[in-house]
Amino acid sequence: MAEYEMVIGLEVHAELATKSKIFCGCSTKFGGDPNTHVCEICSGMPGTLPTLNKSVVEFAVKAGTALNCEITRRNKFDRKNYFYPDLPKAYQVSQLYFPICRNGKVEIRTDKGTKFIGIHEIHMEEDAGKLVHDPFTEQTLVDYNRCGVPLIEIVSEPDFRSADEVIAYLEKLRDTLQYLGVSDCKMQEGSMRADVNLSVRPVGQTEFGTRTEMKNINSLKAIARAIEYERERQIDLIEAGGKVTQETRRWDDDREITYAMRSKENAQDYKYFPEPDLMPIVISDEYLKQVEDNMPELAEAKKERYMNELGLPEYDADIITGSVKLVGVFEKTAEICGSPKDASNWIMTDLLKLCNDAHIAVEDMEFRTESLGEIIKMVSDGKINRKTGKDVLAKAFAEGVLPEEYVEQNNLAQVSDLSAIEPAIKDVLANNGKAVGEYLAGSEKNFGFLVGQSMRALKGQADPQAVRSVLQKLLDEMR
Amino acid sequence: MTIEEIKTLSALEIGKAIKDGRTSSREVTRAMLDLIREKNPAVNAYTYIAEEEAMAQAEQADADIRSGKLTGDLAGVPIAIKDNICTKGMITSCGSKMLYNFLPPYDATVIRKLREEGMVILGKTNMDEFAMGSTTETSYYGPTLNPWGEDRVPGGSSGGSAAAVAADLAVVSLGSDTGGSIRQPASFCGVTGLKPTYGTVSRYGLVAFASSLDQIGPIGRDINDVAAVYNLICGIDEKDQTSTETKKLDLEAVKNFDVKGMKIGLPEQYFGEGIDKDVKDVVMQAVKFYEDRGATVETFPMPIVDYAIPTYYIIACAEACSNLSRYDGIKYGYRPEGVDDLMELFIRSRSEGFGMEVKRRIMLGNFVLSSGYYDAYYNKALQAKALIKKAFDEAFEKYDVVIGPVAPTTALKCGESLSDPLKMYLGDICTVLINIVGLPAVSVPAGFDSNGLPVGMQLIGRHYSEQTLCGAAAAFQRENDHHTKRAQDKEVK
Repeated sequence: MAEYEMVIGLEVHAELATKSKIFCGCSTKFGGDPNTHVCEICSGMPGTLPTLNKSVVEFAVKAGTALNCEITRRNKFDRKNYFYPDLPKAYQVSQLYFPICRNGKVEIRTDKGTKFIGIHEIHMEEDAGKLVHDPFTEQTLVDYNRCGVPLIEIVSEPDFRSADEVIAYLEKLRDTLQYLGVSDCKMQEGSMRADVNLSVRPVGQTEFGTRTEMKNINSLKAIARAIEYERERQIDLIEAGGKVTQETRRWDDDREITYAMRSKENAQDYKYFPEPDLMPIVISDEYLKQVEDNMPELAEAKKERYMNELGLPEYDADIITGSVKLVGVFEKTAEICGSPKDASNWIMTDLLKLCNDAHIAVEDMEFRTESLGEIIKMVSDGKINRKTGKDVLAKAFAEGVLPEEYVEQNNLAQVSDLSAIEPAIKDVLANNGKAVGEYLAGSEKNFGFLVGQSMRALKGQADPQAVRSVLQKLLDEMR
Repeated sequence: MTIEEIKTLSALEIGKAIKDGRTSSREVTRAMLDLIREKNPAVNAYTYIAEEEAMAQAEQADADIRSGKLTGDLAGVPIAIKDNICTKGMITSCGSKMLYNFLPPYDATVIRKLREEGMVILGKTNMDEFAMGSTTETSYYGPTLNPWGEDRVPGGSSGGSAAAVAADLAVVSLGSDTGGSIRQPASFCGVTGLKPTYGTVSRYGLVAFASSLDQIGPIGRDINDVAAVYNLICGIDEKDQTSTETKKLDLEAVKNFDVKGMKIGLPEQYFGEGIDKDVKDVVMQAVKFYEDRGATVETFPMPIVDYAIPTYYIIACAEACSNLSRYDGIKYGYRPEGVDDLMELFIRSRSEGFGMEVKRRIMLGNFVLSSGYYDAYYNKALQAKALIKKAFDEAFEKYDVVIGPVAPTTALKCGESLSDPLKMYLGDICTVLINIVGLPAVSVPAGFDSNGLPVGMQLIGRHYSEQTLCGAAAAFQRENDHHTKRAQDKEVK
């Protein structure tokens, strides 16, 4: 059997994290009862017109800049016409002729090293609604909440040769868009979706084989499985003397197979033409510069800075910058407690352990960003000791308690007031005559025992340093 | 005030009488509604008569005028609205079975503005289905008849709005103009109509036919009323990104406009083959009026006119087929019974909900946009559009106003053009170019043909030159009385 290589190109849809929809003021919030984030515009009522949400352009330009694209200075929207009940105008406003970004590239890293993937274009468009089939009434209902949520479609060049590269690229895209605040890229909620165009050819052949397109696969794992399956299916077909048909296929994640949806012969003619209801968007030099100047620091630059300027170990810097959520917690914590190293230590050892034990993905963690910093600050200020700090963190993580308030209400603050410590230690000395006697007789190890007894008497809330010095002073007085 | 008295007044005069306390919005509205109830069955100008809503609005207007909240020239004056302009809670059918039950959940921007000024909406006027037609015969609600001759069409597509004014069933009305739909019925019915510059009046709430050509505008008995209504509805709208900042007209300056020194151009092709001799003579007579008052007149060639009809129909139908795709039986409007398959629902809703002319244009539009034909038709049309724009730019370097007929003929006999759509399309030759370029134009009653039917003259201006156009029309109406004539004055020569 000949050796084959895969050629893959990706079309990735990312829902933009704007507050309102692309052409009206409706909320883009995920969830919500069906048809509650809907108005006459996004439901396509006769006579309504679109008003472009300017944040959409800004987000798309940011994404394009981060992905090293050329930005199109005179943008236009086009209509893509097709009938489907979830598309209330029966056309999708998109960009065919003048997409906002072109000719970009991103660097990806796999076990085999680094590689550039070309970005053919990024265009802006609106999302459609959702059909919900009700098995009890045998009816299909339409929910227009997603209608008009802004999307960018990122079209890659056919540069992938393995599923690993595809996954590395998707992770890179996800990280970048999350860092930019452009999209939350949650595949399970559909805010990032990928269509995979795949063909195979004998190694050494320069022309592409016939490709199939797999649509809307909703997890990275499923994408990897779908690619493997489709690769084998195509190779088997060719080896058996058959031909791959150009068609759209759907991945069935339960049965782990792809099956044909529609072939090229039935391909739709979308009859694209320029959208007459929107004026061209002109992107000026000043606008572009403003976006460039306000680009947030992306993962790699951040990691470098964490290592070089903040002195974090590479391992810690890698883990923290691997998640926008952790970066947020880390930066806030460091800001509050004043020590990036403490912040990173607590995150690496304590916070991540709490996530792990509770089986919560870091991205889904609902943790008040300020809490960890406040706890570390209380520890370093000597207000509480480290052990209490860990307990408070567990409470803050699980129940969302406010650290300072919690310490206050439960009397967890360290006793460092000498006048409060002294009477307790005097009692300890009085009750441990034997140990005191032995210490005074020269047995140094009894000092440790007495410290332990004192700490216990003070319910562990005393500053160990203060306990030691008071104890020393009282014992010295007894000599 | 009796209806006979009201009928002699313009909208501005009625507004003044209400303000002066000589009558009330309630009295005028009641009288108009009574007349509509009596006469509309014969004319069929209205598809919906807003009895209750209008009376409630009139009472409110009276109260607001008394309290000083409303001070505008047209507060309390009734107006009729073409049925493709969305009115909240009032069926907006576009003259189509497809939308026979469509109740808009919102008001068009122009309607909101009229309401804010205290104008009273009498009802919705009949039109060619989805504004596609030049005769108001393609309406699901049956044809509107021309008050000047019951065997004559009122023109279209705003035939209901023009006929209502001509038959005194409204003193002013709103229409929409995609290829002549305000000007041509105004011409056929002997009333005055303005198609404003594209973008000066918000299209938000106007059910789209061809988005890059559609424009809302007023129809009235004289240009002063038309200009006053234009002032209420114009202006930039954040809900319509194609709308532009515009200045309101100086109504006093319109009224007293002097045409002395005005440079008028007459496109040769607007007076050539295919134009009725009577129409030509009447328009030339009107042009002579301007010349007599000190304007200079010159004829110039405009060969691009030959491309007007194909260019217009390609662009209009392309946009229309997309705009009308949303009528699929899913969300509102007509839906057939007993369908259990999605494709069947689409096909039957559209096959049964749309009339012949609409289907013809949807098919034409889909054809010119389909892959393989796009460049040959749609792109070619865009190239022709650029040439047409250039021809007008050149003309307006030399002339302040371009004058021609509105239509090659006076009102056609009913049924004539339904059987020959191509003939109907050719009747748009004088009006469509203006929409392609987005220019403003006025249709002014200029006289009558030998059958006693009204002939309209078309004044065309530069972008945003409404002040000059309305002024030139007012100068003509100051010294001519064609626009004051009613059907009962008709004389057959």
